[in-house]
Amino acid sequence: MLKEYKTIEKIAGPLIFVKNTEPIGYADLVRIQLPSGEIKNGQVLDTSKDIVVVQVFEGTSGIDKETKVKFLGENIKLAVSKDMLGRILSGAGKPIDGGPEIVPEKRVEIIGAAINPFSRNSPSEFFQTGVSTVDAMNTLVRGQKLPIFSGSGLPHNEIALQIARQSKVVGEGAKFAIVFAGMGITNEEAQYFMRDFEETGALERAVVFLNLADDPAVERLITPRMALTAAEYLAYEHDMHVLVILTDLTNYCESLREIGAAREEVPGRRGYPGYMYTDLASIYERAGMIKGRKGSITQVPILTMIGDDITHPIPDLTGYITEGQIVLSRELHRRGVYPPVDVLPSLSRLMNSGIGGKKTRDDHKQVSDQLYAFYAEGRDLRGLVAIVGEEALSERDRRLLHFAAEFEDNVVRQSNREDRSIQQTLDIGWKLLAKFPKRELSRISPELKEKYWKGTE
Amino acid sequence: MEKGILYRIAGPVVVAKNLKAKMYDVVRVGKEKLMGEVIQIDGDKVIIQVYEDTSGIKPDEEVINTGKPLSVELGPGLLTSIYDGIQRPLPVLQELMGDFIKRGIDAPGLDRKKKWDFKATKKKGEKVKGGDILGEVEETEGVMHKILVPPNIEGKITALESGKYTVDDTIGELDNGTKIQLMHSWPVRKSRPVKQKLPPITPLITGQRVFDAFFPLAKGGVAAIPGPFGAGKTVSQQQLAKWSDADIIVYIGCGERGNEMTEVLTEFPHLTDPRSGRPLMNRTTLIANTSNMPVAAREVSIYTGITIAEYYRDQGFSVALMADSTSRWAEAMREISSRLEEMPGEEGYPAYLSTRLAEFYERAGRVIPLGTDKEGSISVIGAVSPPGGDFSEPVTQSTLRVTKTFWALDAKLAQRRHFPSINWLTSYSLYLNQLSPWFKESVSADWTETVAHCMKILQEEDKLLEIVQLVGSDSLPEKEQLTLEVARLIRENVLQQNAFHDIDTFSPLPKTYRLMKIILHFSSLAQGSLGRGMRMKQIIATKAKDRIANAKFEKDYDKLLTDIEHEMQEEFNKLG
Repeated sequence: MLKEYKTIEKIAGPLIFVKNTEPIGYADLVRIQLPSGEIKNGQVLDTSKDIVVVQVFEGTSGIDKETKVKFLGENIKLAVSKDMLGRILSGAGKPIDGGPEIVPEKRVEIIGAAINPFSRNSPSEFFQTGVSTVDAMNTLVRGQKLPIFSGSGLPHNEIALQIARQSKVVGEGAKFAIVFAGMGITNEEAQYFMRDFEETGALERAVVFLNLADDPAVERLITPRMALTAAEYLAYEHDMHVLVILTDLTNYCESLREIGAAREEVPGRRGYPGYMYTDLASIYERAGMIKGRKGSITQVPILTMIGDDITHPIPDLTGYITEGQIVLSRELHRRGVYPPVDVLPSLSRLMNSGIGGKKTRDDHKQVSDQLYAFYAEGRDLRGLVAIVGEEALSERDRRLLHFAAEFEDNVVRQSNREDRSIQQTLDIGWKLLAKFPKRELSRISPELKEKYWKGTE
Repeated sequence: MEKGILYRIAGPVVVAKNLKAKMYDVVRVGKEKLMGEVIQIDGDKVIIQVYEDTSGIKPDEEVINTGKPLSVELGPGLLTSIYDGIQRPLPVLQELMGDFIKRGIDAPGLDRKKKWDFKATKKKGEKVKGGDILGEVEETEGVMHKILVPPNIEGKITALESGKYTVDDTIGELDNGTKIQLMHSWPVRKSRPVKQKLPPITPLITGQRVFDAFFPLAKGGVAAIPGPFGAGKTVSQQQLAKWSDADIIVYIGCGERGNEMTEVLTEFPHLTDPRSGRPLMNRTTLIANTSNMPVAAREVSIYTGITIAEYYRDQGFSVALMADSTSRWAEAMREISSRLEEMPGEEGYPAYLSTRLAEFYERAGRVIPLGTDKEGSISVIGAVSPPGGDFSEPVTQSTLRVTKTFWALDAKLAQRRHFPSINWLTSYSLYLNQLSPWFKESVSADWTETVAHCMKILQEEDKLLEIVQLVGSDSLPEKEQLTLEVARLIRENVLQQNAFHDIDTFSPLPKTYRLMKIILHFSSLAQGSLGRGMRMKQIIATKAKDRIANAKFEKDYDKLLTDIEHEMQEEFNKLG
């Protein structure tokens, strides 16, 4: 029988301080019963013989000194089951779709242990999202973590949903699932996500966790860990290839700062806690593949850059942990290009190991390099044209200038219902390259030009 | 052993009471006997950092003091190994606890079962002191591991036999009763003693043109390589680990990505050392403490690495140590410090940040070890990850104060796909003068002048580009247009190097030298032509110079460059 305490000494922000307890384990789960009968949950942050500090997930409103506190003697766990597929859960893992409770196959601690680096398998399999700028230019590889750096007002949610709908793993008999975690999203966004998942049938193969903007900040800290625990279960025990979409990490980090401040910690840069790098790593590093296991976890975390500033601590620390980034551009969005992906600052570090002959197509690397080079030159020329006018350009420069526009219109732009295969994207690329004389395609080998280039000299 | 009880637990820092302890004693915490280290003593409270996750640990559980400082095991078997921050072999951990790292499991750093073939070089009756070489063991093909008398021990040998031994078998004895084994331990936070420290005079040849030619690092020197994410820090570090001409490589992945360590692990056994023709893994020790592994173990991983490096240095080897990234190490210090509620210095880092960094870098150097006249050295290359790419932050600044070579990575260059994206205008090496006699003797008498000439052209280019941005390149005088063209050739053919190309990935010094020479040769031919009234347009149209790029990817570069030189000469002869 677990003891109940009525010895709350102090309540501050999301924290309660309980005294005169028996020895309590660090990070243990806590059940709190208010005089009204309401139940709240919490976790031990600091334990000593004098005082135990508990962080309350649902916020401390209504808690008084009469409130009963019970320490459960275990860490936070998530009940997992294959039946989770097709379900919508709250940020704390409770069904909110009106369906029945999930019958657990087992209960798993949500603080995942680190994968032994020696047990990891190098990611090397192509992962198709159906979005050209990702597939062709910044290829996502199974087991990779590739975040989307967005800004407020940009259509990152639409892109997230499109990737969720269209993603497939290439290969025989591969089972695929999506785990979607919304953190601190508005009710309206949540409705939009749920509707979209249901209408398009994507829900069937998905587990959705939604922590809303008015849910307590502390719950936001456990939502991504719940999602990843579900993902690990599906990947490593049911051999599924799981794509985890986390949105919006900025809300997560804000909560982290809020809790840190309530604990009166020494703040780091811009008030974010000094351990934010470690904390984010404990989320992102749960992507990967393990030798001898069939499943994999691929992560696409989404974050909004505050003030579109890529050097802000949230995108900055993320970029140091993740294997590349997809950057959205406000300028492209203003010009009505969807998805507004700016390929120049975007990068996929694992791209080279996931593309080529058998995986995508033999010309993939070189076409992408060539498109990249031309587009970068074309973009540079836009600045010059603003000063000297198009007439002053050489013929080649004019070609490049037009190429940049065509690239944005044909490769970058696609409808949010358009699912392009990598082959289709590469063909579009060749169509644009056909307007250049063969000798100007310096990044492509003669053999491949012979095979794919269909222009006229 | 002394015992105490736990009083308070808050994350990786715990407090024990009634425990007799010295600073930096290793303790075992709680029922699961988690490994920890004493980092502060305050009245009757002993503050301990724990190297493993502390969830579920309760007050009143027991704390046992081992009374020993945190140490690493030194002996044959270190090479080809991969360890976590506290020298637990990761393959052993996988065997013991599966694919995920759990806690409370102890694994010795060296394999206790493997037998090594020991050949004694000292005999019974000889007097020996700390650091003396007793014999050797072929640790991996081509690496003769010297078995040393542990520092601080001396005596007369009463027994010593060649034969097959495990690391903890007794191989001999001294007259004072000390038993000698193939291995000994050494506390990680204490640098190993040496006979004498010497100034560095030979370069660490890296096979990377921009480093070797323009910003060389000396054997026994220290370099910092700071850069924002995506600028190529890790690729540069890996290139150095692969191609440096050190005898032994210690690579520390400190708080970085798990997949990167996997990459090193899968790639290195298949790569061959261009000098010995043997697998690169044979001379490498890896320490992997990824970003999601316990933070206290990350703090110590740097010390584990440098102690192993010192051990090989003491055997007379040249060792190169890569630490990727020292910023994560500094952050681990900050995290622990803030849990101790210490008064923070700049940006929340502890006030002792720069002292710790300096202490670490001071363990590098060229030395005469205690027991042999054969010089040993440790070169340290520390990656720094400045937040937002801002070099004015405390870790970068504290590092720059103690390092003499500065390789500045530049995100703009990386975006233009200029790799390695080392900014040639802001980087520097203070070893240039010390090393120039070596280069003169070993490569060419005019090495220093050649390098300086190329650098001068690059600096001129930078000035000219400012003007070009205002008026366009066509309005520059012909002579200056030529400078731009030559600078472009230097950038594309000397500075840029393709790490993923089989041949270009490693550039021997003679090749680097010839590439610079041929570009300067073009420059002087072109200047002559301009003097005789030729136009830049005609010079740009010459074809031979465009073939220089091919030489980078050519195994037989010598022949090709000679061809190109002839063709160039002919072209200019025709121009008049």
